[in-house]
Amino acid sequence: MRFEPRATVPLWLILSAPIAAIILAFLSCSLLILWTGSPVWAAYGALLRGAVGSPFALSETLTRAIPLILTGLAVAVCFRAKLWNIGAEGQFYGGALAASLLGTAGLSLPRPGLVLVLLLAGWIAGGLLLWIPAWLKTQFQVDEVVTTLLLNFVILLGISYLLEGPLKDPLALGWPQGRALAESALLPRLIPRSRLHAGLIIALLAALGVWALERFTVWGLEMRAVGANPEAAKFLGIPVQGVILYTSLLGGGLAGLAGVCELLGLKGYLTLDLSPGFGYTGIVVALLAQLHPLGVVGAAVFIAGIYVGADTMGRSLGVPTYLADVIVAAALLWMLVCMGLARYRLRWD
Amino acid sequence: MSALLSLISLISTTSFWVATLRIATPLLFGTLGEVLCERAGVLNLGIEGIMTLGAMAGWLVVYQGSGLWWGVAFAAVLGAGVGLIHSLLTVRLGVSQHVTGIGITLLTINAAYFVYRMALPQVTSPPKIIPFSPWPLPGLSSLPFLGETLFTQPPLTYLSLVLVPLMAYILYRTPLGLAVRMVGENPQAAASQGIPVYAVRTGAVMVGSALMAVAGAFLTLSAFDAFFFNIVNGRGWICIALVVFAAWDPWRALAGALLFAGFDALQLRLQQLWGSRIPYQFFLMLPYLLSIVALILVSRHAKAPRALLMPFRPGERI
Amino acid sequence: MTVNPSPPSEAPLALKVVGISKRFGTLLANDRIDLELRAGEILAIVGENGAGKTTLMNILFGHYVPDQGQVWVFGRPLKLGSPAAALAAGIGMVHQHVVLADNLSVLDNILLGTQPLWHLWSRRQEGRQRIHTLAEELGLTVDPDALVGSLALGERQRVEILKVLYRGARILILDEPTAVLTPPELEPFFQTLRQMAGRGLGILLISHKLQEVMRISDRVMVLRAGRVVMTGKTAEIHPTALAEAMVGQRLPAVVKDSFAPGKTVLALQQVSCGVLEQVSLTVRRHEIVGIAGVAGNGQSTLADLICGAIRPHQGQFHLYGQVLRLISPAEMVRHGMARIPEDRHKTGLIGSLSLWENWVIERYRDPEFSRWGILRHRQIYQQAHTWLQTYDVRGLQSGDPRQALQMPVQLLSGGNMQKVILARELCRDPQVIVAHQPTRGLDLGAVAYVHAQLLAAARAGAGILLISEDLEELLSLTDRIAVLYRGQLSPAVPTQATTLTDLGLRMAGQEVADAV
Repeated sequence: MRFEPRATVPLWLILSAPIAAIILAFLSCSLLILWTGSPVWAAYGALLRGAVGSPFALSETLTRAIPLILTGLAVAVCFRAKLWNIGAEGQFYGGALAASLLGTAGLSLPRPGLVLVLLLAGWIAGGLLLWIPAWLKTQFQVDEVVTTLLLNFVILLGISYLLEGPLKDPLALGWPQGRALAESALLPRLIPRSRLHAGLIIALLAALGVWALERFTVWGLEMRAVGANPEAAKFLGIPVQGVILYTSLLGGGLAGLAGVCELLGLKGYLTLDLSPGFGYTGIVVALLAQLHPLGVVGAAVFIAGIYVGADTMGRSLGVPTYLADVIVAAALLWMLVCMGLARYRLRWD
Repeated sequence: MSALLSLISLISTTSFWVATLRIATPLLFGTLGEVLCERAGVLNLGIEGIMTLGAMAGWLVVYQGSGLWWGVAFAAVLGAGVGLIHSLLTVRLGVSQHVTGIGITLLTINAAYFVYRMALPQVTSPPKIIPFSPWPLPGLSSLPFLGETLFTQPPLTYLSLVLVPLMAYILYRTPLGLAVRMVGENPQAAASQGIPVYAVRTGAVMVGSALMAVAGAFLTLSAFDAFFFNIVNGRGWICIALVVFAAWDPWRALAGALLFAGFDALQLRLQQLWGSRIPYQFFLMLPYLLSIVALILVSRHAKAPRALLMPFRPGERI
Repeated sequence: MTVNPSPPSEAPLALKVVGISKRFGTLLANDRIDLELRAGEILAIVGENGAGKTTLMNILFGHYVPDQGQVWVFGRPLKLGSPAAALAAGIGMVHQHVVLADNLSVLDNILLGTQPLWHLWSRRQEGRQRIHTLAEELGLTVDPDALVGSLALGERQRVEILKVLYRGARILILDEPTAVLTPPELEPFFQTLRQMAGRGLGILLISHKLQEVMRISDRVMVLRAGRVVMTGKTAEIHPTALAEAMVGQRLPAVVKDSFAPGKTVLALQQVSCGVLEQVSLTVRRHEIVGIAGVAGNGQSTLADLICGAIRPHQGQFHLYGQVLRLISPAEMVRHGMARIPEDRHKTGLIGSLSLWENWVIERYRDPEFSRWGILRHRQIYQQAHTWLQTYDVRGLQSGDPRQALQMPVQLLSGGNMQKVILARELCRDPQVIVAHQPTRGLDLGAVAYVHAQLLAAARAGAGILLISEDLEELLSLTDRIAVLYRGQLSPAVPTQATTLTDLGLRMAGQEVADAV
């Protein structure tokens, strides 16, 4: 019995890989649930209820999905061009910071205008934060995995300093947090008495936009080509370095948008815990979606459901909420296994 | 001028060098582990997670009553196990090494926190254990300056220092080391000489991951005496940068780790000196910024192992 | 014709192969192949590209597992699929593309795997001695401490041979060994082979060069489409019978018209770049200029230079009569230069992208194919379909054209991939064509097609620069021919006025008395 590589991978195998991965992730993590003493059925049942069991739960899941759609898009766009953006977390905060600065600066613009300005500011900030490592990659061949990662730490420390110092809200009773944004900067709620905000529309529009970009434009073709074979792309006259740089502005910008939406839609002021790891979770979202922009939406909602459901699971059964992160990471690894196995066929000799 | 003088006086104290060696130890273990993986052609981005897992697992075992060395051993075995998972994906199945590494980091960090939370559900401050105490080497430890800095260190530090010439010897002077280097340069050539490429790569990744886990165990069992969240704090990623800086060589890894640890020790002392004038966050940023600068300086001419990131696929049309 | 002086008839049977079959997807690479080799015998295996010779050898050496069949080495069954088992049985292989690690030394490459992995020290001194002795015996000189990456191709082949002999191989497989040798280096190489056969080694020689096969082998076996179509003693077979067996049909001879050359389209004047020194050449419309030379003498640098990938330190590059200031691949594309690169997988095409994407990849910014950044898919599909069909790319006939155009090019055969490149480059009626090894690795049908297209383009007015290691190809297609040796280019002489011997001497760097 041995593995033999396939000549072509049938489509149904490619599509079923994420589903198989998720099932396997839940199965493998059930061991951890057993250890907590709760029956697996009860635990996953609580997870399901917490995720989609009521209209409120659903609204929570969708709310949680908003930043994940955007960071998932950010990572997918970059990974497609083989730009390994692990810095979405820092770009998220960069975007939120820019929006916070402008949003508390007393600009007197009506709501739509102000929101657009803040979104743009967040985009530019996030884009610049990824542009720097991308530029280092094109000029000095510095591997962007490490630089984007290390920049996350730097940015977070910078924000920590700002929130304890110059940007500290004097009304916040000693907690390090930014000043509250102007009322007209906040995103309206989509459903009353829920936390679901207009950021969902922004995220969905972004997903559509990225999809159209990849499918219909020359830039989509360029990014695909550079990601698939940069050497051939260069030979064929494609400006590889330029493509990497504008990809970074696009990807970083999307992650920055995620920060802005979270700021304008949920919290209303900048804090250090604005993101419980959205930048890193975005990587899982992108991969489960196989880097497809529309798939990112589905994957983001799904993963958001796991996190939201895990909160319920934690409250009702005492299972530590880290389990959600474990399930999500396990889904990623199982996804890789399934994709890897799909390339092979079993031969019985 | 007085700033320069106070800087020099800082560097010449024994406590500075003691701290440097202490800070360098996990970096050295981690970098050597990653050097081994990458020399065999595999980028192991799971290092941050493996270090966290090693820190938690080693500590937990000791907290439950076992001896300190059992904690280290358990961490190493666990690290090797994670390395096995990594190589099953990257070496056997040939999937993306970048993504596998990130996935393993996410998995192991959160698994470590989960287990810690399960083991100690209601704690406000992390419980402590009794860590390794320094082993003064007989005779040598009474030497001036060196005696205190080099010869009165905890045992794991000695181990990390001994590992450097050991790894250099194995890598450059034994048939096994040659095989490891060859699978990282040209796995086809290795296969054509009868070397089992998968086995060598998997072995290298497992041993490398064990070293990374020991780096983590050092943090909880020697440097500090408790496990807390974010204990690794980016050291794993810094090791990845140090590997490039060390040009994939064990001796240069030692140099890099010491240089880096020196800066970190310096930064800590400067915080005490100037902490009232400059916010502490800027000091904390220095190690990360320094790593980026180091990478900028060396990346252009860095000669990575030729087959790094390239999966070996026998049986496909060559 | 010098054949091994004492052909062994009762020598022991070194290798016995029965019924080997191997399939890659839909391609049947080997079809029930049988083979026998005696100790001290040189058996040549001939066939065109794609006939299955390299696949068979890779199976013998354990790189592939066959679907069916068995192998015995000196009477003992061989465990298939394991190079370690093949090595232990005494089989050694000198690969077509030498497998050595560039960043390690010759000594390291040879010693690898010769000691068990658990040994605590490496017997380097001993190894050095043995290599020295071996090298002296066979006249293969190498510096054991040199990095393999710094050696020329011919030297690397020597290292690979030593590597195999160091392990005490009793059966030697040589895959296209003369590809990296100049004509004057051939005879010493054959002498080495005869020496090794004289010591009792059984030698399997893969080649598609019939003259060499006739010179050196005792027996010959012809493969075609994965099957054995002829075997026998070399002395008893006529070369034309061999050639016909290889091809299976009579191929029309390539007819070359000569045209009056037009204006100069491409010129290099005293260009120095990398290994190239003071290279000058001109290409005019309606003519095909050939660059001959063994691989490793600067061909890749020359091709990279003309394709815009690197810039010259000195000298001038003229295109359409004007000096080029900006040199980059994008510039060459803009000027309408057609470029057929050496490696269709690595640089000519982007494997995971589709047919239409690879076809439009150099011109997607033309107003014809995109506006304001948005691709005009309908236009692209239409034109791509038309041109790909014109250039005979298989797979487009049946079914929906749109569907067919979505197929990733890496699924195509080598010949079809080259046709996609031709369709892309030639459909614009280019005035300059640069072709670097355009027929490498293609079967004879595809080779004939490529040649016909190049000739048609020359007839239509293009100036073609053809860089090739295949002397026969150069002699049959080109009007003028120059030789590249160690980065220096000889003056181009009319092809009809030169001979194979002259070319061979130039390729080896020796002076040629000008034919009066």
